[in-house]
Amino acid sequence: MKPYSLTIHEAHRLLKDGELSPEELTRSVLERIDEVEERIKAFVTIDREGALKAAREAGERLKRDEGVTPLTGIPISIKDIFCTKGMETTCSSRILRGFVPPYDATVVKRLKEAGAVIVGKNNMDEFAMGSSTENSAFQITRNPWDLERVPGGSSGGSAAAVAIGESLASIGTDTGGSIRQPAALCGVVGLKPTYGRVSRYGMIAFASSLDQAGPITRDVEDAAILLGIIAGHDPLDSTSIDEPVPDYLEGIGRGVKGLKIGIPKEYFIEGMDKEVEEAVREAAKTLEKEGAVVEEVSLPHTEYAVATYYLVATAEASSNLARYDGVKYGYRVEDPENLLDMYCRTRDKGFGAEVKRRIMLGTYALSAGYYEAYYGKACQVRTLIKRDFEEAFGKVDIILTPTSPTPAFKVGEKIDDPLKMYLSDVFTIPCNLAGLPGLALPCGFTRGGLPIGMQFIGRALDEATILRAAYHYQSVTGWHLLKPSL
Amino acid sequence: MEFEAVIGLEIHAQLRTESKLFCGCSTRFGSEPNTQVCPVCLGMPGVLPVLNRRAVEYALKMALATGCRVNTNSRFARKNYFYPDLPKGYQISQYELPLAEKGEVLIEVEGRRKRVGITRIHLEEDAGKLVHGEGADSRYSFVDLNRAGVPLIEIVTEPDIRSPDEAVATLKALRDILLYLEICDCNMEEGSLRCDANVSVRPTGETTFGTKTEVKNMNSFRFLRNALEYEIKRQIEVIEEGGKVVQETRLWDPSRGVTVSMRGKEEAHDYRYFPEPDLLPVPVEEGWLEEIKGGLPELPAEKAERFVREYGLPPYDAGVLTASKHLALFFEECVRLYPKPKVVSNWIMSEVLKELNRENKDIKDSSLTPDLLASLLKLIDEGVISGKIGKTVFEEVYRTGKDPRKVVEEKGLVQIADRDALKGIVEEVLKTHPAQVEQYRKGKEGLIGFFVGQVMKKTQGRANPKVVNELLREALS
Ligand SMILES: [Zn+2]
Repeated sequence: MKPYSLTIHEAHRLLKDGELSPEELTRSVLERIDEVEERIKAFVTIDREGALKAAREAGERLKRDEGVTPLTGIPISIKDIFCTKGMETTCSSRILRGFVPPYDATVVKRLKEAGAVIVGKNNMDEFAMGSSTENSAFQITRNPWDLERVPGGSSGGSAAAVAIGESLASIGTDTGGSIRQPAALCGVVGLKPTYGRVSRYGMIAFASSLDQAGPITRDVEDAAILLGIIAGHDPLDSTSIDEPVPDYLEGIGRGVKGLKIGIPKEYFIEGMDKEVEEAVREAAKTLEKEGAVVEEVSLPHTEYAVATYYLVATAEASSNLARYDGVKYGYRVEDPENLLDMYCRTRDKGFGAEVKRRIMLGTYALSAGYYEAYYGKACQVRTLIKRDFEEAFGKVDIILTPTSPTPAFKVGEKIDDPLKMYLSDVFTIPCNLAGLPGLALPCGFTRGGLPIGMQFIGRALDEATILRAAYHYQSVTGWHLLKPSL
Repeated sequence: MEFEAVIGLEIHAQLRTESKLFCGCSTRFGSEPNTQVCPVCLGMPGVLPVLNRRAVEYALKMALATGCRVNTNSRFARKNYFYPDLPKGYQISQYELPLAEKGEVLIEVEGRRKRVGITRIHLEEDAGKLVHGEGADSRYSFVDLNRAGVPLIEIVTEPDIRSPDEAVATLKALRDILLYLEICDCNMEEGSLRCDANVSVRPTGETTFGTKTEVKNMNSFRFLRNALEYEIKRQIEVIEEGGKVVQETRLWDPSRGVTVSMRGKEEAHDYRYFPEPDLLPVPVEEGWLEEIKGGLPELPAEKAERFVREYGLPPYDAGVLTASKHLALFFEECVRLYPKPKVVSNWIMSEVLKELNRENKDIKDSSLTPDLLASLLKLIDEGVISGKIGKTVFEEVYRTGKDPRKVVEEKGLVQIADRDALKGIVEEVLKTHPAQVEQYRKGKEGLIGFFVGQVMKKTQGRANPKVVNELLREALS
């Protein structure tokens, strides 16, 4: 087996035992990038020199056996939404082209402190707005299982890179499914933690009350390892939760005996892919066989989730994206006639169509005379959706759903139909609205050979239980071991 | 038809915290452009605000000092608009749930006391500053973000104010409180205290409000008065000519002495306020509030009342003396050393304030101490110098900070009370003015003042007036 296809925990064991050096491992990953990147296009920035330097430093650390963490010397990639000190950070937008932050996002700082080797920045939908990574201003990332298809989004570069071996793991962000949906479409594991579990400092904001960073990995153990490193209170993020971070690996192998799993009836909808539905129902049966108690639950306000999300998220985005005005950094149009002209043309040329569409939607939703009917109402419905989950979690420990209604779709298939595209996130959005943790993992393949994902949703701050259920499912099925070949 | 004005004020006061409202940058005024900035106050991508507790504490002081009801869970909100001095494209302010509501401030105009309601006090961040280029750079504007993120409180009054005098009194009363609390420099020229006004007029006796205009750019008490006087007159004229006041924002132009339209209702911004998702509600625990309440100093109005009660001063004196915390302190210390409050008050209100106003200084920045003034007053009481000479000595003491006794000695200003020494001078004066002596003797007794004046002139004011009087009467009888 090539080093680039190892999981974090496998590689860690080899690094600790001296059977592999961080430099060898990093070179293997960089070679893999050379081999496949032209076809996958998962990266907007590749930092070979920085990666090799970090690998050598990690090597020293391992040699001295000082401050070694499970991430020391592990080559990972990071969604280009995280600010990286000294390294261009674009959010896959023309408007941020050339922006080099003078600071690291807290997540990046924690990864660097743990000794991770950052090989580059992953492509994404511009400002995380999209479900296919087709909205990147620079390139379209391809699904490693079928190059004609999208990897999902917005963390599509991350999921594709992890699936094909261009990095051992990646950190993505999830506002309405942007970690879980691409993880499902690329056949990897994606975890969106509880809102506030991971600091948002230095993570470029899309919708502040929904955004959350999380790992995209090749198996559940790796997700637990990465979450343990990036989670925790950050004084720079007032909305980060000040609760101790448990050891997510502890008890991960305790099985699912007696675990109560709810299946929400509202998540098996008209128009969803039959193979996806079958795979998820089959997974429920497997879990039942393993001793879990599976029962139907109801989340009655599910049908309003997408509409609610597109009001809350766009409203916040319209404000969050106001700072890209050509005044301070990033792109500014040539020779503006006056201030208004500079604003209008900079933003018109700097932002892509989807971003502009959402800024307009959000601006409208917050406008005088419409606020109550749109943003105000959406906030009320959000409370109802939260309450649905609270009620369900009175009866069950975790909830099992499909991750995405369909497997990976073709490049160009939905790009001209925003509504159809928005429905890709119908199963992942409620989790963000309620601030709950959600984990996507592979649960089978279509007859056409495309991965299918399912999702576990847990109680707030109870990532440990969904990790335990996912770990057990993965160890009795092994879907995650299947790899795309190029 | 008689009209009355209806005025409400919106006052912005910069809080004197060490660091900005949402980051650790310094708030110092007058530094090189963009030297007090960081990713947070520059509005760089991905950064987040962290609330400065000290700013909340200062705002709470003002809230408690004006009798406001404090919201124990107030919220920040985003006020969205584009301007190059606003790095995030929105200002973090408060909207639906401000820090404090429903307070009041006491004013006095021409001996009439009045309560002006405070609608709300909220916290917000200041914007930066635009510097317009000159010469070759005249096509450009430059942005200085040192001020961006400096904490402000906005104090909004009820439309309780009925005249420019009352408006000035309200702003002064609020300024005095801010200064007493030591939470704002209140330097209107530097912009640490700013005032806008909502103005409308209506026929006297009417209870509904007329259409209001918002008047901005009044960065001194004088401008506030002038702008309001102008604007009230303008609105009355519009109505009397059969027109209608248009709802708009107007700028005071001090050079022309007029207000000019800046933007109409149609061009008014839609700020699209919504709750700031990056900040939690501001928790104000009961214990913290009690602690702040306990630490509040005696405020101007309370102090003035006490001065009337305790020192028997007229309310006018008490008002003048308590307008500045340091002046009040100066007065009380003087009275402790020289226990004649009215004499001290007279001296402060005339001589001391004359000098301070001339230099536009606060007492704390001058070299005059209560000690010096008290010993000067003692010299007068002891008869060492006359009250008139006292004023000359005071000027020297104020200027140099020297001990009055030394000044008197050095300048040879000791009062002449020696009858023998003065007798010769009195005789000389009478001898040189025979006509006046004649008139006096015929009954024009008022001329005694003339003779005293002449003696004083000859002694450079050093003669003891009481002794001179006696000697003159003896010589003339
Ligand atoms: Zn700063």
